[in-house]
Amino acid sequence: MRRVVVTGLGLISPVGCGVDTAWKNILAGTSGAGRIEHIDVGDMACRVAAMVPRVDGRGGGGVDIAGSYDPDALLSKRERKRVDEFIEYSAVAANEAIADSGWAPSGDEIEARERTGVLFGSGIGGFQTIHEAILHVEQKGPRRLSPFTVPSMLLNMASGYISLRYGFKGPNYSVASACAAGAHAIGDAARLIRHGDADVMVAGGGEAPICRMGIASFVACRAMTTAYNDMPEKASRPYDSGRDGFLMGEGAGAVVLEEYEHARARGAKLYAEVMGYGLSGDAHHITRPCPDGDGGYRAMRSAIDNSGFHPSDIGYINAHGTSTQVGDEVEVRAIERLFGEAASGLCVSSTKSMTGHLMGAAGALEAILTIKTLQDQVAPPTINLDSPSFDTLVDLAPHTARPVSTRAAMSNSFGFGGTNAALVFATAPDA
Amino acid sequence: MSDISERVKKMVVEHLGANEDEVTEKAHLIDDLGADSLDTVELVMKIEEEFDMEIPEDAAEQIRTVGDAINYIKEKS
Repeated sequence: MRRVVVTGLGLISPVGCGVDTAWKNILAGTSGAGRIEHIDVGDMACRVAAMVPRVDGRGGGGVDIAGSYDPDALLSKRERKRVDEFIEYSAVAANEAIADSGWAPSGDEIEARERTGVLFGSGIGGFQTIHEAILHVEQKGPRRLSPFTVPSMLLNMASGYISLRYGFKGPNYSVASACAAGAHAIGDAARLIRHGDADVMVAGGGEAPICRMGIASFVACRAMTTAYNDMPEKASRPYDSGRDGFLMGEGAGAVVLEEYEHARARGAKLYAEVMGYGLSGDAHHITRPCPDGDGGYRAMRSAIDNSGFHPSDIGYINAHGTSTQVGDEVEVRAIERLFGEAASGLCVSSTKSMTGHLMGAAGALEAILTIKTLQDQVAPPTINLDSPSFDTLVDLAPHTARPVSTRAAMSNSFGFGGTNAALVFATAPDA
Repeated sequence: MSDISERVKKMVVEHLGANEDEVTEKAHLIDDLGADSLDTVELVMKIEEEFDMEIPEDAAEQIRTVGDAINYIKEKS
């Protein structure tokens, strides 16, 4: 059986652009949340989000603040005009991961490029492009609508754009599974390598939902936080009794997945091994999880079965934990049920307490944080967990990062539509 | 009339990300300046806005160089 390892990581997130900076901020318990100031949200019930810090000050960044995103660094102004922000973020994360992996087949290494694919997920795709195109058509009429409207809004265009940039001619498509898309993309990409369709896959997720339509529509389905407009850094508080909905985030995460012998042959650095992938559907409700967490339970169970591990081998879970009233407790109960005695003291944290919810990018970002947890043997905290709303045997890692000693860890991602994915990673084979 | 020429060249530099010294009247939008077919569609739209005019589809298809665009505008304005 072909084994799949992780050889490159990249991300752009509300806690920083670049894996090293973001990981440092995550371990320090730093919130990436702030007031939305770059668009008018005065009439919105939610006026806060977790935004990518930028050198121009947007999202709480600045030229002197480490991890601030400089939009001119990778894509030219002309290139940015042709792509939605979710594609831009995906490209930035992919660029870091590809550079980190050292995988750069040249123009005449045709077979190598044909054996390298791209699989990115997104929840929505070009949300901002769709919003602007509708305004244009309704207010100015159909004439002079940008010819880049369609290529910019299509959900698969992150995969398409990345393949064009690097000349990767292997499998190329996207997954659309709402807030589980980033995890499904990584899981599917690993399966493609295992099955022999590719030797290397650039996989991840990107989302750029922070526009008026994005905020209004998630407020409308009662999913977002609205009580912390004056305290943005307190808004995302998974498991806490004061939680009132998710905090919208933006950004992208990318990994380079590679067949083990392929990676070894070129002396690539190995971060981790992809061991298990589980998927399920709730068939319960369009936005709410099953009260007994059945969907998440079965995704986790099949990921662990698939990995060959026993639940007691898993020493850390990066939870879906979005800071919603129902979802947070249901997931923890499903973990308790699945892990039995092994749940006692098991470290389960929600990094969304710091990053907000990156929706279609969340699964990719959190897979990276799970891999970093294995690499450094330290688990990120759940910040803002002042007073848990329920008792549990697991350690929800309130406030501060903590050491773990484990070979394996799992990341959960669940999405609207009752879609669930779980990924199990192990420390790198050589480690 | 040189004003039209300068304005068009400036737009080409801006929208195609081309170097100013490459943007001569003879420069071919696709072959010399690296535009693709969607770029030329967009450029024509921007010209329509900038010069407050409508360029019919068949006329737009004839605009292949920077000079073609400048001459078309001069003829119609």
